[in-house]
Amino acid sequence: MELKGTVVHPGAPAEGRLLVLEKPISFWGGVDPLTGAIMDPRHPRHGERLGGRVLVMERTIGSSSSSAVMLELLRNRVAPAVIVVGRTDAILVLGILVAQELGYSTIPVLQVGTPDIARLHERDGARARVQDGTLQVGGGAQGSA
Amino acid sequence: MSQLHLTAGETALLLGEAGPAPRLAMAIVVRMGEILGADSLVEITSSHIDGCLYHGDGGVEFAERLVDLGGAVTVPATLNVGALDLLNPARVRAHGRRREMALRQMRAYEALGCRPTWTCAPYQAGHRPAPGEHVAWGESNAVCFANSVLGARTNRYGDFMDICCAIVGRAPRTGLHLRDQRRATVVVDTGALAPELKRRDVFYPVLGTWLGAAVDDRVAVVTGLPESVAEDQLKAMGAAAASSGAVGLFHIEGVTPEAPDLRTALGGANPEAVIAPTPAELRATRDTLSTAAAGRIDAVAVGSPHFSMAEFARLEALLPSAPFAVPFYVCTGRSEYRQLETAGRLRRFADAGVEIVVDTCVVVTPILPPTGGVLMTNSGKFAHYTPSNTGYGVVYGSLEDCVRSATRARVMRDEALWS
Repeated sequence: MELKGTVVHPGAPAEGRLLVLEKPISFWGGVDPLTGAIMDPRHPRHGERLGGRVLVMERTIGSSSSSAVMLELLRNRVAPAVIVVGRTDAILVLGILVAQELGYSTIPVLQVGTPDIARLHERDGARARVQDGTLQVGGGAQGSA
Repeated sequence: MSQLHLTAGETALLLGEAGPAPRLAMAIVVRMGEILGADSLVEITSSHIDGCLYHGDGGVEFAERLVDLGGAVTVPATLNVGALDLLNPARVRAHGRRREMALRQMRAYEALGCRPTWTCAPYQAGHRPAPGEHVAWGESNAVCFANSVLGARTNRYGDFMDICCAIVGRAPRTGLHLRDQRRATVVVDTGALAPELKRRDVFYPVLGTWLGAAVDDRVAVVTGLPESVAEDQLKAMGAAAASSGAVGLFHIEGVTPEAPDLRTALGGANPEAVIAPTPAELRATRDTLSTAAAGRIDAVAVGSPHFSMAEFARLEALLPSAPFAVPFYVCTGRSEYRQLETAGRLRRFADAGVEIVVDTCVVVTPILPPTGGVLMTNSGKFAHYTPSNTGYGVVYGSLEDCVRSATRARVMRDEALWS
């Protein structure tokens, strides 16, 4: 599967296993900034770690402090490898922009259509690669878990 | 990405002609404007800064970078909660490096010229922009309140963006800054709900939680609420809606500034959807606000958003003659605390065992006893964030339920309203 998206924040080619969230999440209160683990016990993916994953979600919800959590994930090197969103998410991108100003290494953010997000649900856990606005799932995606 | 048109003055800021801090702030504001599809920037009259709460060293590094670069806000700016209670340092169990970094972050924002209000309810500390004013506010409940109750215009600005906007005095002209984006597209009809329920405070966090889940980030106009709905009820509703969904603005027909009537709130257009919560749905939503079953409780916390003077008056009237059996925390701003102090009312609360938490709150920093257990609250926002942020289980109830339960260390709820 190959999807074309809009580059919301550019970055070097990156890959990892898909983590497709079926339920929106607030990074603040929902993700541990030190470990990158989903810590909201009511979230269906409670306990999963975002680090190194190709994180796919329709959108985020909740606190505007989620950008601060994004910055800490990057600083602590437990951030997803790529974030793929269905709707432009300025709050997470803001954390990435600040990280860039502070000289941390950052990650690409890609926006794809909502129907594409739905298709990705079926490929949760598969390896995926993002390069220049293209998300490639399985098949040609290189690397090991 | 859109083409963002800058004025000559804005371009000068971006080129660093006013110094390195405005350059950095403008670079972020402009980039965010491009991502959000803005075609220009809008001048703002104030800011509420959410970035002063310690989440980790990156936030401290960013604030101190702005200070080192000579940064200063150019519009009046209030500060949201920090991670410490500065008036009662022993309140928060943060020690060593963590305390030092949390304090450095708070001090850096003061050094940028922000007012040390340390509250998530700046609208209770005199920061009340007029209808139609463009502002850049952070903190999801404050954003909801500024837009919905005050009729000011702000998007949901996160940490960093709020201070960058305050430094350059501008925000991207997009989203809720635009009149046509503020009109309701969803009608929420509460006509099927009992009038008695709609008069009670305990209803509003539940309606807010339901609303956030139902409308996502769409703008709703709620019909069928009593015109007597209180400001504290709307603040509680907004805080809950902004916890369960990305709600930045709602209208209440006949109550809020942009909804004198349904037609105005809808901007003369037909709604995309009309939805009506049923009593059963509301009861189910109420149940999602509790993770613990009836039984023992270990603490009570109220004041998210920060307790108002009106809420203190209500609590004072409910205080039992004997002290509470569990810790009873009330989170509030120093503005309210000083008013209680001046009026000589602190003693009454202290005698009943009420612990007043200032400058911060119990779900953002370690205050609750480390033993863990079950927390009871009347706040939809506390109910939402308590399990993940504190490890406590949570039970939701009214303020009256919380007071009764705290005297017996057991959940005592009035279920009649919800049956």
